[in-house]
Amino acid sequence: MNTAIQLAYLLAATLFILGLRNLASPRTAVLGNHLAAIGMLVAVVATLLVQEVVSYGLVLAGIAVGAGLGTVLALRIEMTAMPQMVALLNGFGGAASALVAAAELLAAADGFLPSPSGIVPVAIVASVLVGSLTLTGSFVAFAKLQELIGGAPITYPLQRTTNALLAIAALGLAFGVAVSPLDLPLFWGLVAVSLVLGVLVVLPIGGADMPVVISLLNSYSGIAACATGFVLDNSALVVSGSLVGASDIILTKIMCDAMNRSLANVLFSAFGATAEEAAGVGGAEAQGNVKAYTPEDAAVIFSNARRVVIVPGYGMAVAQAQHAVRELAEELAQMGVHVQFAIHPVAGRMPGHMNVLLAEADVPYDQLVEMDEINPQFPETDVVLVLGANDVVNPAAREQKSSPIYGMPILDVDRAQHVFVIKRSMNPGFAGVQNPLFFNDNTMMIFGDAKKVVMALTEALREYNA
Amino acid sequence: MLEVPAVAALTILVLSLFVGVEVISKVPPLLHTPLMSGSNAISGISLVGAILAAGGGHGEVATGLGLVAIVLATINVVGGFLVTNRMLAMFKRKDRS
Repeated sequence: MNTAIQLAYLLAATLFILGLRNLASPRTAVLGNHLAAIGMLVAVVATLLVQEVVSYGLVLAGIAVGAGLGTVLALRIEMTAMPQMVALLNGFGGAASALVAAAELLAAADGFLPSPSGIVPVAIVASVLVGSLTLTGSFVAFAKLQELIGGAPITYPLQRTTNALLAIAALGLAFGVAVSPLDLPLFWGLVAVSLVLGVLVVLPIGGADMPVVISLLNSYSGIAACATGFVLDNSALVVSGSLVGASDIILTKIMCDAMNRSLANVLFSAFGATAEEAAGVGGAEAQGNVKAYTPEDAAVIFSNARRVVIVPGYGMAVAQAQHAVRELAEELAQMGVHVQFAIHPVAGRMPGHMNVLLAEADVPYDQLVEMDEINPQFPETDVVLVLGANDVVNPAAREQKSSPIYGMPILDVDRAQHVFVIKRSMNPGFAGVQNPLFFNDNTMMIFGDAKKVVMALTEALREYNA
Repeated sequence: MLEVPAVAALTILVLSLFVGVEVISKVPPLLHTPLMSGSNAISGISLVGAILAAGGGHGEVATGLGLVAIVLATINVVGGFLVTNRMLAMFKRKDRS
């Protein structure tokens, strides 16, 4: 590989670092994304110029197909489905790394390449194990977010033992393949166990924690790419893979901190005692009086309010209610009501999810207020409208030590004068925990689809004030 | 014993890890999703490896696996950057208003 290509990889790596740095700041984020994309273009073009690449037609056809599919996926996907989209893409990336490592090994087994030696067998093993696990783990995360399978943690007897045994089996097979890389049955065993492990590790994690899981799996796909870099002795893969691996671990930690939980707690809390306790508490809590109201009732109370805070959650995303909400906010503003949106850091199923949706609906940026800033204002707030949010407004996180979400910072909406909660049904939230807020004296429930209820409320407000 | 190129690669690895940690120190929650999606696109760098595997002429098996890897990695790269751009475009519009 000649010097020009190495220098191109250095340029690509520099662009990736600048890209990530700029992506982390609101003013420069767009620039950051462009820089990273240019870096990728540089790396790919440089690779195409490598002398060893012989079958250009095939390579270019593969790129064309992938680019076409990627473009369609990216442009067609609804903004609400963004989290699962990232999970899906990440699964593909992990699979690609594992496939490349497997291709190198099988080429060696067929005699096209010398037998792997030195650090290469270890790198092949790492790439195949982490890449396969990323693939199936990401797909389970996708299925949970897309609600193809239930969002609640899936648990069964001896789960911890099964997973531990599988992890040990994976490590054993990994050791075997690293020692004798051309023993193909061992290799296929490793692939199979890694794929199964990816599924079983993500299944017991609740849907509400999927953003953290996706961020962690993102880091894994970086690690897999880095390992593949060692297989091919390719600096572009080593640098970029480890960059992504490290930065996404930090992002994962930032997200865990926002929920006031440890990563271990997120990954393993469904195992054993915590889940059982939670079920007990949830069951006991489910009794109590719930007051159901209509949008017309709500219009009366909203008309007398001076300060209104709207708390959006995943229900708003599902119902595509963001445009209806903007209209409601505008109607209220015309009546002279002060309207703000309270954004919990993990509202929705991905951090920043609500910001993206409300931005799509042209809600002015300055109406969005973050948790720490809005919480002291709730006692002076006349009406809070909780729109498809649940766990992030659950006072149990503040008060009940036995609750699985205890300690998570929440929006203190229960301290406002009146709370309206728009919800499809009394089903517990994504974390599977009952919410005492719904039974409070100052809480009024409106059951129904978020979009329809909000539109009815806006209509009722117009009529009431006509 | 490890050869010199492997040691050089390990050196690069360790230094890149530190850079990765330093680059993302303080990120506002607003940007968590775009950042996640952008870094996800960068992890599609395995496309480079896929091109080398598919285009190297190392037999049908390696070429076939490499080709699948090219398609998957390209979806990851192109989809990742486009999705990130779509998300960020919304924030931009909001700043102006």
